[in-house]
Amino acid sequence: MKMFKNHSLYINYVFRAFTAVAAFLVIVIIFGIFVTLLMESLPAIKEFGFIRFMTGTKWDPVNNIYAGGRPLFGTMLTTLIALAVAVPVAIGIAIFLTELCPPALRQAIGTAIELLAAIPSIIYGMWGLFVFAPILESTVQPFISGTLGFLPVIGSFFRSGYAGGVNLFTTSIVLAVMVIPFIASITRDTFMLVPPILKESAYGVGATRWEVIKDVIIPYSKIGVAGGIIIATGRALGETMAVAYVIGNRHGALDSIFSPYTTITSVLANEFSEASGIQMSSLFLMALILFIANLMVLSLAKFILRKDMLK
Amino acid sequence: MKKNVTFGRKAANIVALVVSSVCAAVGLFFLFFILFDVLRNGISSINWQLFVKDSVPPFSFETGGLRHAFLGQGLLTLTAVAMGIPLGILGGTFLAEYGRHLKIGKVISSVSDIAVSMPSIVIGTFVYAILVKPMQSFNGWAGAVALAIIMLPVVVRTTEDMMRLVPWTLREAAFALGAPYYKVILQIVYRSAASGILTGILLAVARIVGETAPLLFTSFNNNFFSLDMNRPMASLTVTIYQYASSPFDDWVRIAWAGAFVITCFVLILNIVGRVAVKWRYGK
Repeated sequence: MKMFKNHSLYINYVFRAFTAVAAFLVIVIIFGIFVTLLMESLPAIKEFGFIRFMTGTKWDPVNNIYAGGRPLFGTMLTTLIALAVAVPVAIGIAIFLTELCPPALRQAIGTAIELLAAIPSIIYGMWGLFVFAPILESTVQPFISGTLGFLPVIGSFFRSGYAGGVNLFTTSIVLAVMVIPFIASITRDTFMLVPPILKESAYGVGATRWEVIKDVIIPYSKIGVAGGIIIATGRALGETMAVAYVIGNRHGALDSIFSPYTTITSVLANEFSEASGIQMSSLFLMALILFIANLMVLSLAKFILRKDMLK
Repeated sequence: MKKNVTFGRKAANIVALVVSSVCAAVGLFFLFFILFDVLRNGISSINWQLFVKDSVPPFSFETGGLRHAFLGQGLLTLTAVAMGIPLGILGGTFLAEYGRHLKIGKVISSVSDIAVSMPSIVIGTFVYAILVKPMQSFNGWAGAVALAIIMLPVVVRTTEDMMRLVPWTLREAAFALGAPYYKVILQIVYRSAASGILTGILLAVARIVGETAPLLFTSFNNNFFSLDMNRPMASLTVTIYQYASSPFDDWVRIAWAGAFVITCFVLILNIVGRVAVKWRYGK
Protein backbone atom coordinates (compact mmCIF):
# COMPACT_ATOMS: atom_id res chain seq x y z
CA MET A 1 0.00 0.00 0.00
CA LYS A 2 2.82 2.35 0.91
CA MET A 3 4.56 1.64 -2.33
CA PHE A 4 1.42 2.31 -4.33
CA LYS A 5 1.09 5.66 -2.70
CA ASN A 6 4.67 6.63 -3.53
CA HIS A 7 4.13 5.43 -7.04
CA SER A 8 1.15 7.70 -7.64
CA LEU A 9 2.93 10.61 -5.98
CA TYR A 10 5.73 10.11 -8.46
CA ILE A 11 3.33 10.05 -11.40
CA ASN A 12 1.71 13.18 -10.06
CA TYR A 13 5.07 14.99 -10.00
CA VAL A 14 5.87 13.91 -13.53
CA PHE A 15 2.45 14.96 -14.77
CA ARG A 16 2.75 18.30 -13.03
CA ALA A 17 6.20 18.81 -14.54
CA PHE A 18 4.83 18.11 -18.01
CA THR A 19 1.98 20.59 -17.63
CA ALA A 20 4.34 23.22 -16.22
CA VAL A 21 6.75 22.81 -19.13
CA ALA A 22 3.91 23.13 -21.63
CA ALA A 23 2.61 26.26 -19.92
CA PHE A 24 6.05 27.86 -19.78
CA LEU A 25 6.46 27.11 -23.46
CA VAL A 26 4.13 30.03 -24.24
CA ILE A 27 6.45 32.46 -22.46
CA VAL A 28 9.53 30.84 -23.94
CA ILE A 29 8.10 31.24 -27.44
CA ILE A 30 7.17 34.90 -26.99
CA PHE A 31 10.57 35.63 -25.48
CA GLY A 32 12.23 33.54 -28.17
CA ILE A 33 10.50 35.51 -30.90
CA PHE A 34 11.78 38.75 -29.41
CA VAL A 35 15.36 37.53 -28.99
CA THR A 36 15.52 35.85 -32.40
CA LEU A 37 14.14 38.85 -34.27
CA LEU A 38 16.50 41.15 -32.36
CA MET A 39 19.54 38.97 -33.17
CA GLU A 40 18.58 38.74 -36.83
CA SER A 41 18.02 42.46 -37.15
CA LEU A 42 21.26 43.52 -35.43
CA PRO A 43 23.20 43.92 -38.71
CA ALA A 44 20.54 46.31 -40.01
CA ILE A 45 20.45 48.24 -36.73
CA LYS A 46 24.25 48.56 -36.83
CA GLU A 47 24.28 49.59 -40.46
CA PHE A 48 21.43 52.08 -40.51
CA GLY A 49 20.73 52.90 -36.84
CA PHE A 50 17.38 52.23 -35.23
CA ILE A 51 16.04 55.80 -35.27
CA ARG A 52 17.26 56.46 -38.80
CA PHE A 53 15.68 53.20 -39.91
CA MET A 54 12.34 54.20 -38.44
CA THR A 55 12.36 57.69 -39.95
CA GLY A 56 14.18 57.17 -43.26
CA THR A 57 12.22 56.77 -46.48
CA LYS A 58 14.63 54.97 -48.77
CA TRP A 59 14.02 51.33 -49.66
CA ASP A 60 16.58 50.74 -52.32
CA PRO A 61 17.58 47.12 -53.04
CA VAL A 62 19.88 48.25 -55.89
CA ASN A 63 22.17 50.26 -53.61
CA ASN A 64 21.39 48.11 -50.58
CA ILE A 65 20.06 51.00 -48.51
CA TYR A 66 17.00 50.28 -46.43
CA ALA A 67 14.80 52.31 -44.14
CA GLY A 68 11.36 51.42 -42.91
CA GLY A 69 9.74 54.83 -42.62
CA ARG A 70 7.34 54.36 -45.49
CA PRO A 71 6.09 50.87 -44.64
CA LEU A 72 5.71 52.02 -41.05
CA PHE A 73 3.71 55.05 -42.14
CA GLY A 74 1.64 52.88 -44.48
CA THR A 75 0.80 50.47 -41.68
CA MET A 76 -0.24 53.30 -39.36
CA LEU A 77 -2.25 55.18 -41.99
CA THR A 78 -4.17 52.15 -43.29
CA THR A 79 -4.95 51.09 -39.71
CA LEU A 80 -6.12 54.58 -38.81
CA ILE A 81 -8.41 54.97 -41.82
CA ALA A 82 -9.71 51.44 -41.37
CA LEU A 83 -10.64 52.12 -37.74
CA ALA A 84 -12.19 55.47 -38.58
CA VAL A 85 -14.50 53.66 -40.98
CA ALA A 86 -15.01 50.46 -39.01
CA VAL A 87 -15.70 51.76 -35.50
CA PRO A 88 -18.85 53.81 -36.25
CA VAL A 89 -20.25 51.09 -38.50
CA ALA A 90 -19.50 48.35 -35.97
CA ILE A 91 -21.04 50.32 -33.11
CA GLY A 92 -24.06 51.00 -35.36
CA ILE A 93 -24.38 47.26 -35.92
CA ALA A 94 -24.10 46.61 -32.19
CA ILE A 95 -26.76 49.21 -31.36
CA PHE A 96 -28.99 47.77 -34.04
CA LEU A 97 -28.52 44.24 -32.71
CA THR A 98 -29.11 45.03 -29.05
CA GLU A 99 -31.74 47.76 -29.20
CA LEU A 100 -33.52 47.88 -32.54
CA CYS A 101 -33.47 44.48 -34.16
CA PRO A 102 -36.58 42.31 -33.87
CA PRO A 103 -35.72 39.49 -31.41
CA ALA A 104 -36.35 36.82 -34.01
CA LEU A 105 -33.52 38.12 -36.19
CA ARG A 106 -31.16 39.04 -33.37
CA GLN A 107 -29.67 35.61 -32.84
CA ALA A 108 -29.33 34.85 -36.55
CA ILE A 109 -27.63 38.12 -37.49
CA GLY A 110 -25.43 38.01 -34.40
CA THR A 111 -24.21 34.51 -35.22
CA ALA A 112 -23.68 35.42 -38.86
CA ILE A 113 -21.45 38.33 -37.83
CA GLU A 114 -19.43 36.10 -35.53
CA LEU A 115 -18.97 33.62 -38.35
CA LEU A 116 -17.80 36.40 -40.67
CA ALA A 117 -15.11 37.25 -38.12
CA ALA A 118 -13.81 33.69 -38.53
CA ILE A 119 -13.40 33.81 -42.31
CA PRO A 120 -9.69 33.68 -43.24
CA SER A 121 -8.15 37.00 -44.16
CA ILE A 122 -6.94 35.68 -47.50
CA ILE A 123 -10.60 35.50 -48.56
CA TYR A 124 -11.11 39.15 -47.67
CA GLY A 125 -7.97 40.01 -49.63
CA MET A 126 -9.04 38.08 -52.70
CA TRP A 127 -12.51 39.58 -52.63
CA GLY A 128 -10.92 43.00 -52.19
CA LEU A 129 -8.75 42.53 -55.24
CA PHE A 130 -11.27 41.03 -57.64
CA VAL A 131 -14.59 42.48 -56.56
CA PHE A 132 -14.19 45.45 -54.28
CA ALA A 133 -11.24 47.32 -55.82
CA PRO A 134 -12.94 47.72 -59.22
CA ILE A 135 -16.16 48.89 -57.52
CA LEU A 136 -14.31 51.45 -55.41
CA GLU A 137 -12.33 52.60 -58.42
CA SER A 138 -15.43 53.30 -60.48
CA THR A 139 -17.63 54.81 -57.77
CA VAL A 140 -16.05 56.08 -54.55
CA GLN A 141 -12.72 57.13 -56.03
CA PRO A 142 -14.11 59.54 -58.68
CA PHE A 143 -16.50 60.89 -56.08
CA ILE A 144 -13.79 61.69 -53.56
CA SER A 145 -11.39 63.12 -56.13
CA GLY A 146 -14.26 65.15 -57.57
CA THR A 147 -15.13 66.71 -54.23
CA LEU A 148 -12.20 66.68 -51.77
CA GLY A 149 -9.80 66.81 -54.71
CA PHE A 150 -10.63 70.48 -55.28
CA LEU A 151 -9.64 71.54 -51.77
CA PRO A 152 -6.69 73.90 -51.67
CA VAL A 153 -3.30 72.57 -50.51
CA ILE A 154 -4.41 69.08 -49.46
CA GLY A 155 -6.62 68.52 -52.53
CA SER A 156 -3.98 66.66 -54.51
CA PHE A 157 -3.87 64.10 -51.73
CA PHE A 158 -7.38 63.02 -52.68
CA ARG A 159 -6.93 63.06 -56.45
CA SER A 160 -6.47 59.76 -58.20
CA GLY A 161 -3.31 59.25 -60.17
CA TYR A 162 -3.08 55.51 -60.65
CA ALA A 163 -5.42 53.09 -62.36
CA GLY A 164 -6.38 49.66 -61.11
CA GLY A 165 -7.96 50.32 -57.76
CA VAL A 166 -4.98 48.77 -56.00
CA ASN A 167 -4.05 51.48 -53.52
CA LEU A 168 -3.89 52.66 -49.95
CA PHE A 169 -7.55 53.67 -49.83
CA THR A 170 -8.83 50.29 -51.03
CA THR A 171 -6.55 48.57 -48.53
CA SER A 172 -7.94 50.64 -45.67
CA ILE A 173 -11.53 49.87 -46.64
CA VAL A 174 -10.85 46.14 -47.00
CA LEU A 175 -9.19 46.20 -43.57
CA ALA A 176 -12.22 48.03 -42.22
CA VAL A 177 -14.60 45.42 -43.64
CA MET A 178 -12.41 42.77 -42.02
CA VAL A 179 -12.40 44.21 -38.51
CA ILE A 180 -16.07 45.28 -38.52
CA PRO A 181 -17.44 41.85 -37.49
CA PHE A 182 -14.80 41.60 -34.77
CA ILE A 183 -15.54 45.00 -33.21
CA ALA A 184 -19.29 44.57 -33.71
CA SER A 185 -19.47 41.28 -31.85
CA ILE A 186 -17.32 42.49 -28.92
CA THR A 187 -19.37 45.70 -28.70
CA ARG A 188 -22.61 43.77 -28.81
CA ASP A 189 -21.40 41.49 -26.02
CA THR A 190 -20.49 44.45 -23.80
CA PHE A 191 -23.77 46.22 -24.60
CA MET A 192 -25.65 43.13 -23.49
CA LEU A 193 -23.91 43.27 -20.11
CA VAL A 194 -25.63 46.55 -19.24
CA PRO A 195 -28.09 45.70 -16.41
CA PRO A 196 -31.68 46.02 -17.71
CA ILE A 197 -32.60 47.94 -14.52
CA LEU A 198 -30.34 50.82 -15.55
CA LYS A 199 -32.01 51.06 -18.95
CA GLU A 200 -35.47 50.71 -17.48
CA SER A 201 -34.91 53.48 -14.97
CA ALA A 202 -33.79 55.78 -17.78
CA TYR A 203 -36.89 54.90 -19.81
CA GLY A 204 -38.93 55.40 -16.64
CA VAL A 205 -37.95 59.05 -16.36
CA GLY A 206 -38.91 59.59 -19.98
CA ALA A 207 -35.64 59.19 -21.88
CA THR A 208 -35.87 58.43 -25.58
CA ARG A 209 -34.25 55.34 -26.97
CA TRP A 210 -31.29 57.28 -28.32
CA GLU A 211 -30.81 58.99 -24.96
CA VAL A 212 -30.71 55.61 -23.25
CA ILE A 213 -28.09 54.42 -25.74
CA LYS A 214 -26.02 57.60 -25.53
CA ASP A 215 -26.28 58.29 -21.80
CA VAL A 216 -26.66 54.85 -20.24
CA ILE A 217 -25.46 52.04 -22.48
CA ILE A 218 -22.38 53.65 -24.03
CA PRO A 219 -21.01 55.18 -20.80
CA TYR A 220 -21.58 51.91 -18.97
CA SER A 221 -19.77 49.81 -21.56
CA LYS A 222 -17.18 52.26 -22.87
CA ILE A 223 -14.18 50.48 -21.35
CA GLY A 224 -15.14 47.12 -22.82
CA VAL A 225 -15.73 48.70 -26.21
CA ALA A 226 -12.40 50.56 -26.01
CA GLY A 227 -10.64 47.28 -25.20
CA GLY A 228 -12.29 45.64 -28.20
CA ILE A 229 -11.26 48.48 -30.49
CA ILE A 230 -7.66 48.28 -29.28
CA ILE A 231 -7.52 44.53 -29.93
CA ALA A 232 -8.94 45.24 -33.40
CA THR A 233 -6.16 47.79 -33.87
CA GLY A 234 -3.65 45.07 -33.14
CA ARG A 235 -5.28 42.87 -35.74
CA ALA A 236 -5.29 45.58 -38.37
CA LEU A 237 -1.62 46.41 -37.71
CA GLY A 238 -0.52 42.83 -38.23
CA GLU A 239 -2.93 41.85 -40.99
CA THR A 240 -1.01 40.50 -43.92
CA MET A 241 -3.02 38.72 -46.58
CA ALA A 242 -5.90 41.17 -46.90
CA VAL A 243 -3.31 43.92 -47.29
CA ALA A 244 -0.84 42.13 -49.56
CA TYR A 245 -3.46 41.70 -52.29
CA VAL A 246 -4.61 45.30 -52.56
CA ILE A 247 -1.81 47.62 -51.36
CA GLY A 248 0.31 47.35 -54.52
CA ASN A 249 3.63 47.29 -52.62
CA ARG A 250 5.17 50.39 -54.15
CA HIS A 251 8.06 52.04 -52.32
CA GLY A 252 7.58 55.52 -53.80
CA ALA A 253 6.33 58.54 -51.90
CA LEU A 254 2.65 58.63 -51.00
CA ASP A 255 1.25 61.44 -53.17
CA SER A 256 -2.43 60.51 -52.90
CA ILE A 257 -4.54 58.13 -50.89
CA PHE A 258 -5.32 56.55 -54.25
CA SER A 259 -1.74 55.55 -54.97
CA PRO A 260 -0.29 52.11 -54.32
CA TYR A 261 1.86 52.11 -51.21
CA THR A 262 3.48 49.70 -48.83
CA THR A 263 3.02 48.44 -45.28
CA ILE A 264 5.26 46.44 -42.97
CA THR A 265 3.29 43.28 -43.61
CA SER A 266 3.13 43.71 -47.39
CA VAL A 267 6.91 44.27 -47.59
CA LEU A 268 7.45 41.13 -45.52
CA ALA A 269 5.02 39.07 -47.59
CA ASN A 270 6.46 40.22 -50.90
CA GLU A 271 10.19 40.39 -50.25
CA PHE A 272 11.09 38.15 -47.34
CA SER A 273 11.35 34.84 -49.15
CA GLU A 274 13.71 36.23 -51.79
CA ALA A 275 15.82 38.54 -49.63
CA SER A 276 19.32 37.98 -48.33
CA GLY A 277 22.07 39.80 -46.46
CA ILE A 278 21.31 43.26 -45.18
CA GLN A 279 17.90 43.35 -46.87
CA MET A 280 16.89 40.26 -44.94
CA SER A 281 18.15 41.82 -41.75
CA SER A 282 16.16 44.98 -42.47
CA LEU A 283 13.06 42.86 -43.01
CA PHE A 284 13.66 41.15 -39.66
CA LEU A 285 13.94 44.58 -38.09
CA MET A 286 10.60 45.47 -39.62
CA ALA A 287 9.07 42.29 -38.17
CA LEU A 288 10.58 43.21 -34.79
CA ILE A 289 9.01 46.68 -34.93
CA LEU A 290 5.64 45.14 -35.77
CA PHE A 291 6.05 42.63 -32.95
CA ILE A 292 6.83 45.32 -30.39
CA ALA A 293 4.05 47.62 -31.61
CA ASN A 294 1.58 44.76 -31.37
CA LEU A 295 2.79 43.74 -27.95
CA MET A 296 2.29 47.29 -26.69
CA VAL A 297 -1.16 47.65 -28.21
CA LEU A 298 -2.36 44.30 -26.87
CA SER A 299 -0.88 44.87 -23.42
CA LEU A 300 -2.72 48.18 -23.32
CA ALA A 301 -5.98 46.39 -24.16
CA LYS A 302 -5.30 43.79 -21.49
CA PHE A 303 -4.53 46.49 -18.93
CA ILE A 304 -7.68 48.46 -19.70
CA LEU A 305 -9.91 45.39 -19.63
CA ARG A 306 -8.42 44.22 -16.34
CA LYS A 307 -9.22 47.59 -14.79
CA ASP A 308 -12.73 47.18 -16.10
CA MET A 309 -13.09 43.85 -14.36
CA LEU A 310 -11.86 45.22 -11.04
CA LYS A 311 -14.39 48.03 -11.21
CA MET B 1 -40.62 76.21 -25.48
CA LYS B 2 -41.22 72.97 -23.72
CA LYS B 3 -42.82 71.54 -26.79
CA ASN B 4 -39.76 72.48 -28.85
CA VAL B 5 -37.43 70.66 -26.48
CA THR B 6 -39.50 67.52 -26.73
CA PHE B 7 -39.60 67.83 -30.48
CA GLY B 8 -35.82 68.26 -30.62
CA ARG B 9 -35.29 65.17 -28.50
CA LYS B 10 -37.66 63.15 -30.62
CA ALA B 11 -35.97 64.33 -33.79
CA ALA B 12 -32.53 63.51 -32.40
CA ASN B 13 -33.84 60.09 -31.43
CA ILE B 14 -35.15 59.35 -34.90
CA VAL B 15 -32.06 60.68 -36.65
CA ALA B 16 -29.69 58.69 -34.44
CA LEU B 17 -31.65 55.47 -34.77
CA VAL B 18 -31.89 55.84 -38.53
CA VAL B 19 -28.15 56.51 -38.76
CA SER B 20 -27.26 53.45 -36.72
CA SER B 21 -29.68 51.29 -38.69
CA VAL B 22 -28.14 52.52 -41.93
CA CYS B 23 -24.64 51.77 -40.58
CA ALA B 24 -25.81 48.32 -39.65
CA ALA B 25 -27.44 47.81 -43.04
CA VAL B 26 -24.33 48.93 -44.93
CA GLY B 27 -22.03 46.84 -42.77
CA LEU B 28 -24.20 43.76 -43.01
CA PHE B 29 -24.62 44.27 -46.75
CA PHE B 30 -20.86 44.19 -47.33
CA LEU B 31 -20.31 41.22 -45.10
CA PHE B 32 -22.92 39.17 -46.89
CA PHE B 33 -21.69 40.51 -50.20
CA ILE B 34 -18.31 38.83 -49.53
CA LEU B 35 -19.88 35.54 -48.61
CA PHE B 36 -22.15 35.65 -51.62
CA ASP B 37 -19.27 36.42 -54.00
CA VAL B 38 -17.12 33.62 -52.67
CA LEU B 39 -20.04 31.22 -53.07
CA ARG B 40 -20.92 32.47 -56.55
CA ASN B 41 -17.38 32.43 -57.94
CA GLY B 42 -16.48 29.27 -56.07
CA ILE B 43 -19.43 27.10 -57.03
CA SER B 44 -19.13 28.00 -60.69
CA SER B 45 -15.52 26.84 -60.82
CA ILE B 46 -15.69 23.79 -58.61
CA ASN B 47 -15.62 20.33 -60.17
CA TRP B 48 -14.31 16.89 -59.41
CA GLN B 49 -11.01 17.53 -61.17
CA LEU B 50 -10.15 20.00 -58.46
CA PHE B 51 -9.72 17.17 -56.01
CA VAL B 52 -7.95 14.60 -58.19
CA LYS B 53 -5.57 16.64 -60.33
CA ASP B 54 -2.41 18.50 -59.43
CA SER B 55 -1.34 21.93 -60.56
CA VAL B 56 -0.76 22.37 -64.29
CA PRO B 57 1.11 25.26 -65.90
CA PRO B 58 -1.06 28.02 -67.38
CA PHE B 59 -2.10 27.69 -71.05
CA SER B 60 -1.83 23.92 -71.03
CA PHE B 61 -4.66 21.99 -72.64
CA GLU B 62 -5.82 20.12 -69.57
CA THR B 63 -7.47 21.64 -66.53
CA GLY B 64 -5.53 21.49 -63.33
CA GLY B 65 -6.63 20.86 -59.80
CA LEU B 66 -5.55 21.40 -56.25
CA ARG B 67 -4.94 17.85 -55.07
CA HIS B 68 -1.33 18.67 -54.16
CA ALA B 69 -2.48 21.68 -52.14
CA PHE B 70 -5.26 19.82 -50.34
CA LEU B 71 -2.92 17.02 -49.31
CA GLY B 72 -0.13 19.42 -48.37
CA GLN B 73 -2.51 21.50 -46.30
CA GLY B 74 -3.88 18.38 -44.65
CA LEU B 75 -0.42 17.12 -43.76
CA LEU B 76 0.69 20.51 -42.42
CA THR B 77 -2.48 20.89 -40.38
CA LEU B 78 -2.31 17.37 -38.95
CA THR B 79 1.32 17.77 -37.95
CA ALA B 80 0.57 21.13 -36.35
CA VAL B 81 -2.40 19.63 -34.52
CA ALA B 82 -0.25 16.73 -33.28
CA MET B 83 2.20 19.22 -31.78
CA GLY B 84 -0.05 22.05 -30.70
CA ILE B 85 -2.99 20.29 -29.12
CA PRO B 86 -1.29 18.03 -26.54
CA LEU B 87 1.00 20.88 -25.49
CA GLY B 88 -1.89 23.30 -25.38
CA ILE B 89 -4.04 21.02 -23.25
CA LEU B 90 -1.16 20.33 -20.86
CA GLY B 91 -0.38 24.03 -20.59
CA GLY B 92 -4.00 24.88 -19.93
CA THR B 93 -4.09 22.14 -17.31
CA PHE B 94 -1.21 23.76 -15.46
CA LEU B 95 -2.91 27.16 -15.51
CA ALA B 96 -6.25 25.81 -14.28
CA GLU B 97 -4.98 23.24 -11.78
CA TYR B 98 -1.41 23.08 -10.49
CA GLY B 99 -0.56 26.71 -11.11
CA ARG B 100 -3.90 28.25 -10.29
CA HIS B 101 -2.66 30.06 -7.19
CA LEU B 102 0.77 30.91 -8.55
CA LYS B 103 1.51 34.39 -9.78
CA ILE B 104 3.36 32.93 -12.76
CA GLY B 105 0.18 31.12 -13.78
CA LYS B 106 -1.66 34.42 -14.11
CA VAL B 107 1.27 35.88 -16.04
CA ILE B 108 1.28 32.96 -18.47
CA SER B 109 -2.46 33.31 -18.88
CA SER B 110 -2.13 37.00 -19.75
CA VAL B 111 0.80 36.36 -22.10
CA SER B 112 -1.26 33.67 -23.85
CA ASP B 113 -4.10 36.13 -24.32
CA ILE B 114 -1.67 38.48 -26.00
CA ALA B 115 -0.07 35.68 -28.01
CA VAL B 116 -3.49 34.73 -29.41
CA SER B 117 -3.56 38.04 -31.27
CA MET B 118 0.09 38.11 -32.35
CA PRO B 119 0.51 38.88 -36.06
CA SER B 120 0.97 35.52 -37.73
CA ILE B 121 3.52 36.89 -40.19
CA VAL B 122 5.87 37.69 -37.30
CA ILE B 123 5.64 34.06 -36.22
CA GLY B 124 6.50 33.16 -39.82
CA THR B 125 9.71 35.21 -39.70
CA PHE B 126 10.61 33.68 -36.33
CA VAL B 127 10.21 30.11 -37.58
CA TYR B 128 12.16 31.03 -40.69
CA ALA B 129 15.06 32.09 -38.48
CA ILE B 130 15.06 28.96 -36.34
CA LEU B 131 14.04 26.21 -38.78
CA VAL B 132 14.46 27.32 -42.38
CA LYS B 133 17.78 29.15 -42.18
CA PRO B 134 19.68 26.30 -40.47
CA MET B 135 18.25 23.74 -42.91
CA GLN B 136 18.91 26.03 -45.86
CA SER B 137 15.61 25.16 -47.46
CA PHE B 138 11.96 25.89 -46.97
CA ASN B 139 10.38 22.82 -45.48
CA GLY B 140 7.08 21.38 -44.37
CA TRP B 141 8.17 20.95 -40.75
CA ALA B 142 8.75 24.67 -40.42
CA GLY B 143 5.24 25.38 -41.71
CA ALA B 144 3.73 22.90 -39.27
CA VAL B 145 5.70 24.38 -36.36
CA ALA B 146 4.56 27.89 -37.30
CA LEU B 147 0.94 26.73 -37.32
CA ALA B 148 1.43 24.90 -34.01
CA ILE B 149 2.82 28.09 -32.43
CA ILE B 150 -0.26 30.00 -33.57
CA MET B 151 -2.51 27.30 -32.21
CA LEU B 152 -0.81 26.78 -28.84
CA PRO B 153 -2.03 29.89 -26.95
CA VAL B 154 -5.57 29.44 -28.30
CA VAL B 155 -5.75 25.88 -26.97
CA VAL B 156 -4.05 26.85 -23.69
CA ARG B 157 -6.59 29.57 -22.98
CA THR B 158 -9.71 27.63 -23.93
CA THR B 159 -8.54 24.57 -21.98
CA GLU B 160 -7.89 26.74 -18.94
CA ASP B 161 -11.30 28.42 -19.16
CA MET B 162 -13.16 25.15 -19.69
CA MET B 163 -11.39 23.39 -16.81
CA ARG B 164 -12.12 26.32 -14.50
CA LEU B 165 -15.82 25.87 -15.26
CA VAL B 166 -15.73 22.42 -13.66
CA PRO B 167 -17.06 22.87 -10.10
CA TRP B 168 -14.40 22.59 -7.43
CA THR B 169 -16.63 20.34 -5.27
CA LEU B 170 -16.38 17.66 -7.95
CA ARG B 171 -12.61 17.53 -7.46
CA GLU B 172 -13.01 17.54 -3.70
CA ALA B 173 -15.31 14.56 -3.90
CA ALA B 174 -12.61 12.68 -5.77
CA PHE B 175 -9.87 13.82 -3.36
CA ALA B 176 -12.01 12.52 -0.49
CA LEU B 177 -11.91 9.06 -2.05
CA GLY B 178 -8.12 9.25 -1.93
CA ALA B 179 -7.46 9.88 -5.60
CA PRO B 180 -4.13 11.55 -6.40
CA TYR B 181 -4.36 14.91 -8.17
CA TYR B 182 -3.28 13.64 -11.58
CA LYS B 183 -6.01 11.01 -11.50
CA VAL B 184 -8.58 13.61 -10.53
CA ILE B 185 -7.50 15.71 -13.51
CA LEU B 186 -7.36 12.85 -15.98
CA GLN B 187 -10.54 11.08 -14.93
CA ILE B 188 -12.77 13.78 -13.49
CA VAL B 189 -11.82 17.21 -14.78
CA TYR B 190 -10.92 16.25 -18.35
CA ARG B 191 -14.09 14.24 -18.66
CA SER B 192 -16.29 17.05 -17.42
CA ALA B 193 -14.57 19.63 -19.61
CA ALA B 194 -14.17 17.41 -22.66
CA SER B 195 -16.76 18.95 -24.95
CA GLY B 196 -15.60 22.46 -24.12
CA ILE B 197 -11.98 21.59 -24.81
CA LEU B 198 -13.01 19.87 -28.03
CA THR B 199 -14.77 23.03 -29.15
CA GLY B 200 -11.63 25.03 -28.43
CA ILE B 201 -9.67 22.59 -30.56
CA LEU B 202 -12.14 22.88 -33.43
CA LEU B 203 -11.89 26.67 -33.36
CA ALA B 204 -8.10 26.52 -33.18
CA VAL B 205 -8.01 24.21 -36.20
CA ALA B 206 -10.40 26.52 -38.05
CA ARG B 207 -8.01 29.33 -37.34
CA ILE B 208 -4.82 27.67 -38.61
CA VAL B 209 -6.47 26.21 -41.70
CA GLY B 210 -7.01 29.72 -43.01
CA GLU B 211 -3.56 31.04 -42.13
CA THR B 212 -1.42 32.09 -45.07
CA ALA B 213 1.15 34.57 -43.82
CA PRO B 214 3.13 32.21 -41.55
CA LEU B 215 3.44 29.65 -44.35
CA LEU B 216 4.90 32.06 -46.90
CA PHE B 217 8.43 31.78 -45.49
CA THR B 218 8.25 28.38 -43.87
CA SER B 219 6.62 25.67 -45.94
CA PHE B 220 6.67 28.10 -48.91
CA ASN B 221 4.83 26.48 -51.80
CA ASN B 222 5.23 23.64 -54.20
CA ASN B 223 3.45 23.21 -57.48
CA PHE B 224 4.12 19.50 -57.53
CA PHE B 225 2.68 16.69 -55.53
CA SER B 226 4.94 16.03 -52.55
CA LEU B 227 4.49 14.53 -49.12
CA ASP B 228 8.12 15.04 -48.09
CA MET B 229 8.10 17.25 -44.99
CA ASN B 230 11.77 18.13 -45.52
CA ARG B 231 11.01 19.95 -48.74
CA PRO B 232 8.86 22.95 -49.62
CA MET B 233 5.25 21.93 -49.32
CA ALA B 234 2.13 23.11 -51.04
CA SER B 235 -0.65 24.53 -48.92
CA LEU B 236 -4.11 25.54 -50.01
CA THR B 237 -3.82 29.10 -48.77
CA VAL B 238 -0.44 29.92 -50.29
CA THR B 239 -1.53 28.28 -53.55
CA ILE B 240 -4.66 30.43 -53.56
CA TYR B 241 -2.49 33.49 -52.97
CA GLN B 242 -0.13 32.56 -55.80
CA TYR B 243 -2.92 31.66 -58.22
CA ALA B 244 -5.08 34.68 -57.43
CA SER B 245 -2.17 37.07 -57.92
CA SER B 246 -1.32 35.50 -61.28
CA PRO B 247 -2.51 36.97 -64.56
CA PHE B 248 -3.88 33.64 -65.84
CA ASP B 249 -7.65 33.17 -65.91
CA ASP B 250 -7.42 29.41 -65.31
CA TRP B 251 -5.41 29.90 -62.18
CA VAL B 252 -7.68 32.64 -60.87
CA ARG B 253 -10.69 30.36 -61.39
CA ILE B 254 -8.99 27.57 -59.45
CA ALA B 255 -8.09 30.08 -56.72
CA TRP B 256 -11.79 30.95 -56.32
CA ALA B 257 -12.64 27.27 -56.07
CA GLY B 258 -9.96 26.83 -53.40
CA ALA B 259 -11.25 29.90 -51.54
CA PHE B 260 -14.73 28.42 -51.62
CA VAL B 261 -13.55 25.09 -50.18
CA ILE B 262 -11.54 26.72 -47.42
CA THR B 263 -14.36 29.10 -46.48
CA CYS B 264 -16.85 26.24 -46.26
CA PHE B 265 -14.44 24.19 -44.17
CA VAL B 266 -13.79 27.03 -41.72
CA LEU B 267 -17.47 27.88 -41.45
CA ILE B 268 -18.48 24.25 -40.86
CA LEU B 269 -15.85 23.86 -38.11
CA ASN B 270 -17.13 27.04 -36.46
CA ILE B 271 -20.76 26.01 -36.69
CA VAL B 272 -20.05 22.54 -35.30
CA GLY B 273 -18.09 24.13 -32.44
CA ARG B 274 -20.96 26.47 -31.63
CA VAL B 275 -23.59 23.77 -31.75
CA ALA B 276 -21.46 21.60 -29.46
CA VAL B 277 -21.17 24.41 -26.92
CA LYS B 278 -24.88 25.11 -27.02
CA TRP B 279 -25.70 21.44 -26.67
CA ARG B 280 -23.37 21.00 -23.68
CA TYR B 281 -23.79 24.23 -21.76
CA GLY B 282 -27.31 25.19 -22.81
CA LYS B 283 -28.45 28.77 -23.10
